[in-house]
Amino acid sequence: MLDHILSILIFFPAIAAVFGFMIQKDSIRAYGISVATIEFGLSLWLWFTFDGNVSGMQFMENLPLVPSFGVNYILGVDGISLFIIVLAAFFTMIGIASLTETPNEKNMIITILFLQMTMAGVFAALDAIVFYVFWELSLVPMLYIIGAWGGPLRIYASIKFFLYTFAGSLVMLVGMLFMAYFFYQATGTWSFALLDWYRLILPETLQLWLFAAFFIGFAIKVPMFPFHTWLPYAHGQAPTIGSVILAAILLKMGTYAFIRFSLPLFPDASAAFMVPIAVITIIMIIYTAMIAYAQKDVKQVVAYSSISHMGVIILGTFALNVEGITGSIFLMIAHGVVSGALFLLVGVIYDRRHTKLMSEFGGLAHIMPRYATIFGIMLMASVGMPLTINFVGEFLSLLGFYQQSHILTLLAGTAIIVGAIYMLSAYKKMFFGDVTKEENKNLPDINKRELVALIPLSVIAIWLGIYPKPILEPINNSVEAVVRLMHNKAQSELAKERIPNLVKERASVIKKTVIEEEVH
Amino acid sequence: MLSPINVSMESLNLITLAPMLIPVVGALLILIIDIIKVGLHKSLYVVLSLLFLAMDFIAVVDSSGVFIANGTTFGLFDVMLIDGLAILAEFIIVGASMLFIPLAMTHKRFHEFSYPEFFALFLFMIAGFQFMVATDNLILIFVGLETSSLALYTLIAMHNRDKSFEAAVKYFTMGALAAGFFSFGAMVFYMLTGSIEINKIALVLAANGYADMGFVLIGVTFFLAAFGFKLSLIPFHTWAPDVYEGSSASMAGYMSIVPKIAAFVVAMRFFEFLVHSGNAWLDIVLYIVVVVTMTASNMWALVQTDVKRMLAYSSISHAGFVMAAILIGTTQANTALFLYWILFSFTNLGSFSMLWMSRQKHLPDYQSSDHSYNKFAGMIKTAPIASVIVGLFMLSLAGLPPFALFWGKLYMISSAVAGGYTVLALIMALNSAIAGYYYLKLIIYMFMKEPLQGSDSCAYATNITLALKTIVGIAAIGTIFAFVAINPLLEFITAFVHNSGY
Repeated sequence: MLDHILSILIFFPAIAAVFGFMIQKDSIRAYGISVATIEFGLSLWLWFTFDGNVSGMQFMENLPLVPSFGVNYILGVDGISLFIIVLAAFFTMIGIASLTETPNEKNMIITILFLQMTMAGVFAALDAIVFYVFWELSLVPMLYIIGAWGGPLRIYASIKFFLYTFAGSLVMLVGMLFMAYFFYQATGTWSFALLDWYRLILPETLQLWLFAAFFIGFAIKVPMFPFHTWLPYAHGQAPTIGSVILAAILLKMGTYAFIRFSLPLFPDASAAFMVPIAVITIIMIIYTAMIAYAQKDVKQVVAYSSISHMGVIILGTFALNVEGITGSIFLMIAHGVVSGALFLLVGVIYDRRHTKLMSEFGGLAHIMPRYATIFGIMLMASVGMPLTINFVGEFLSLLGFYQQSHILTLLAGTAIIVGAIYMLSAYKKMFFGDVTKEENKNLPDINKRELVALIPLSVIAIWLGIYPKPILEPINNSVEAVVRLMHNKAQSELAKERIPNLVKERASVIKKTVIEEEVH
Repeated sequence: MLSPINVSMESLNLITLAPMLIPVVGALLILIIDIIKVGLHKSLYVVLSLLFLAMDFIAVVDSSGVFIANGTTFGLFDVMLIDGLAILAEFIIVGASMLFIPLAMTHKRFHEFSYPEFFALFLFMIAGFQFMVATDNLILIFVGLETSSLALYTLIAMHNRDKSFEAAVKYFTMGALAAGFFSFGAMVFYMLTGSIEINKIALVLAANGYADMGFVLIGVTFFLAAFGFKLSLIPFHTWAPDVYEGSSASMAGYMSIVPKIAAFVVAMRFFEFLVHSGNAWLDIVLYIVVVVTMTASNMWALVQTDVKRMLAYSSISHAGFVMAAILIGTTQANTALFLYWILFSFTNLGSFSMLWMSRQKHLPDYQSSDHSYNKFAGMIKTAPIASVIVGLFMLSLAGLPPFALFWGKLYMISSAVAGGYTVLALIMALNSAIAGYYYLKLIIYMFMKEPLQGSDSCAYATNITLALKTIVGIAAIGTIFAFVAINPLLEFITAFVHNSGY
C-alpha cells in the first residue's frame, strides 16, 4: 500500500466526493469530516514513513499515460512538497470541521473534497502535464466556491480569479511544450518528466525565454505585483472556507512551482533575473503593506498582508542559496498556518456580526476574551515575532537574501515593521477601547466548533516557532540537493557566483568542527 | 476507330468503392420501402440508417486493413484513393453520423424526422462526404461536395421553421458561391498542368519549378475562398451563425463536425504540397486567415446572448485553431488535426445535444431566443445532473485538463512549437484563454445565478428521450475518460498519417 500512498492521497477524496452525492443532506458534514480526517491521517502516515535524511524523491509512482508523447503519471514527494501536502490535508479537515451553516452544504463539502484532490495532486506530481492537469483543475472548485457562496460581487471576483490564472497557465503550458520539444531535440524522445528535464542543460538565451513563460504562470498564481489584483477581490468575496484554503494552500502552488520548476530548470536565468525579481518582491512587500494599512475591512487587511508575506517567500526563493530557499519553504507552511487561521478568525466575527468593517467593532477584548487572545497570538505570528512560526521562515529567507544583497534585504526588512504597524493598528481598532456599538455588547465568545480549528493552529504556530527542527531538517536536505543541482547545471559566471557550491561549504564546516574539537 | 477497352475487375479494385456504396444502397432501400408502404414509424428508418452506418464503418475498417497491408491504394480507373487520410476522415464521418442519427428519435413535434426522405438524404450526404475524402480527383471531390451540400441544405430546410428556411437559402447561396470558386480554381490548375488529380498537379508544378506563379496564386486564391466557405474561415464565415441558429441544435452540432472534417482533408491534400513549395505568399495568407479566424470569432462569441450562437462562433474559432495544422504542415500537425477533431466531435456533439434536449415548445417571456443564457440561470438547483454535464462539456471546450479537448490542444500547440511557429503557439494559447470567458459564462449562469421567476424545472429536459440520454452519456464518458484513449489514438493516427506521406 505504501507504494501507492500518493495516489491514494490524491484520489481518495475524489472518490469519496463522488460517493458523497449519495449521502443525505443533513449527514453530509459528518461524512466530510470523516473523509478529511482519514485523508489527514494518511498524510500523517506519509510523513511518518518519510525518510527525512534522504534528499531525493520518495514514494515514486510511474504509470505510462500517453507514452508516445512522453506523458507519464509520475508522482513523488521530497522534503519540499511533503509538508505542504500535510498542510493541505490538515486545512481541508479543519476547514470542513469549522464550516458554519451554509446553504447547499452538501455541494460545498463535495466541492472541497474535489479541491483536496487537486491540491494533493499539484504537490505530488513530477510530470509537467500531470502537474498542469491538477494545477488547472484546482481552479474549478475554487471558482464554484467563490461564485456560489461569495459576497455580492462574487461573480466578478470568481471570473477574474479564473481567467487571470487560466491565461497565465496557458502561457506556462506553451513553455512546458517548448521544454519538452527541446528535450526531444536533445534526446530523440518526448518527455514531460520533471526528473528528465532536470538533466537538460539549456543555453542561457533559451533559459531566459522559458523562465519568462513559466514566470507568468507562477507569478499570477502567487500573486506577484503587478498581477495581484485578482486576489483582494477573491478574498473579499469568498466565503471563509474559500479564503482559508486559497490563502493557505492554493497560493503556495505558485511559490512551490518556482522551486520545483524555475530554479532547477533554469539556474542561469534564475540568477540573471534575481535582482529584477527581488525589486518586484520588495515593491510588492512594501506597497501591499501600505495598502493593507489603508483598509477599512479587516479581511482585506489580512488579504493584503498575505500578498506582502508572499513577497518575502519569493525573495527567499530567489536568494538561490540553501538558507533562503529553506526559509521560503518554511515560510510557505508558516504563512499557510497563520493566514489560514487569521481568515478563520475573521470568519468567526463575520458570522456573528455579518460585517467585516473594523469601524463596526471596538473593545471586543472585553466581550470575547478567548477570541481576542487567539487573534492576538496569530497576529503576533503574522508580524513575525520571535518564537512564532513566521519568524523562523522570515528570518531564514532574509538571511539567505542578505548574502546576495544587503540593501535589498534591508528594504525588505522594513516591511516587517510596516506589517507590525498595520496589524497592531487593526488589532487596536477591533479589540481595544470601549465598546461603542450596541450590537457588540452581547456577542458570544468562540464556541467549541471554532476552537477545534483554532487551538491546533495556535499550538502549531508556537510549537514550530520554538522548535522548527522536525520540519526544517527534511526541507533542508531536499533543498541542498536542489542547490547542488543548480550549481552543477549553471553555466554563466553570474550564476556560478550567485548559486553557492555546497561541496566546498561542507568541507569548511567539517574543518570548523575539527578546530572546535582541538580547542576543547 | 476506337480501340476496344479491356477492363479487368481486379484493376478496378472495387473494395475502394465499397464504403461509399453501402450508404447509397441504404438510402435507396429506404426510398423503396417508403414507396411500398407509406407512413411507417421513424424508428424503423433510424435503426436502418444505423445498421447501414455500422456496415459502412466495418467497410472502412476493412479498407484500413487494406491500407495497412498494401499502403496507398488506387481503384476504379485511379479515381478512388484509399490512404490514411481518407480512412481517418471516413472513421470520423461515419462515427459522428452514428452518434447523430439516434437523436432523430424525438417527440412528434419535430416532424422532419418522420419523413423517410430525411434519412435517405442523410445517407446520400454521408456517401458524398466519403467520396470527397477518398479521392484525389478534383472533379470527384466536386461531385462529392455538391452531393453532400445539396442534401445538407434540404435537411436544414426540413426543420420547417421560418429561420430554418432562411438558413437553408443562405447556406445554399453561399455554398453555390463556394462551388463556383472551387470550379474556377480547378479550371486554373487544369489549364496550368493538364491534370485534375492533385498529386499530378503537384508533380507537374514541381517539375517546372512553379514557373507560372501568377496563375498558381490565382488558383490558390479561388481554392482558399472555396474552402473558406466550407470551413467557415473568416471572412467567409458570415453564413455560419445564422445557419446554426436556423437549424435544429442537433443538426448544428453535426454541421460543426462532419462537413468540416471532409473539407479539412481536401484542404490538407491540396495545400500540403503548396505549403511545402516554399511559397511565402500562401504561408502569409494562411497565417493571417488562421489567426484572424481564431481571434475574431472568439471576440464575437464573447458578446453573444444566445448559447447556440455562442457555440456557432466557438466552432468557427475551433476550425481556425485546427486550420493551423495545415499551415504548419508537419506530420505531427496533421496528426494533431485528426486527434483534435475526434475529441472535438465528442465534446461538441455532446454540448449541442444538451441544447437539443432543452428545446422548448413555446418560448417563455424572459427568453429572447431558443437558448438564451438566462434560460440556464440557476440550472444547478433544478437539474443538477444535466447542468454538471453541460459544465463538463464547456470545460472541455475551453481546454481544461484532463478533459478531451485539452489533449487535442496540447498536441496541436506542441506541433506549432515543434514546427517553429512560436508566435502562433502563443496566439493559440491566449485564444484558449479568451475562449475560457464565454464558456465560463454559461457555467456561471448555471451554477451561480438564481433561477428566474416563472421558469419551470422541466424546461431543461422537455425533449428528453432514451436515445438522447444515451448519446449524451457516450459523449460525456468520452470527454471525461479521453486520457485513456489518447495514446492508442495517437499511435494509430500517426501511423496512418505518416504512411500516407503527410
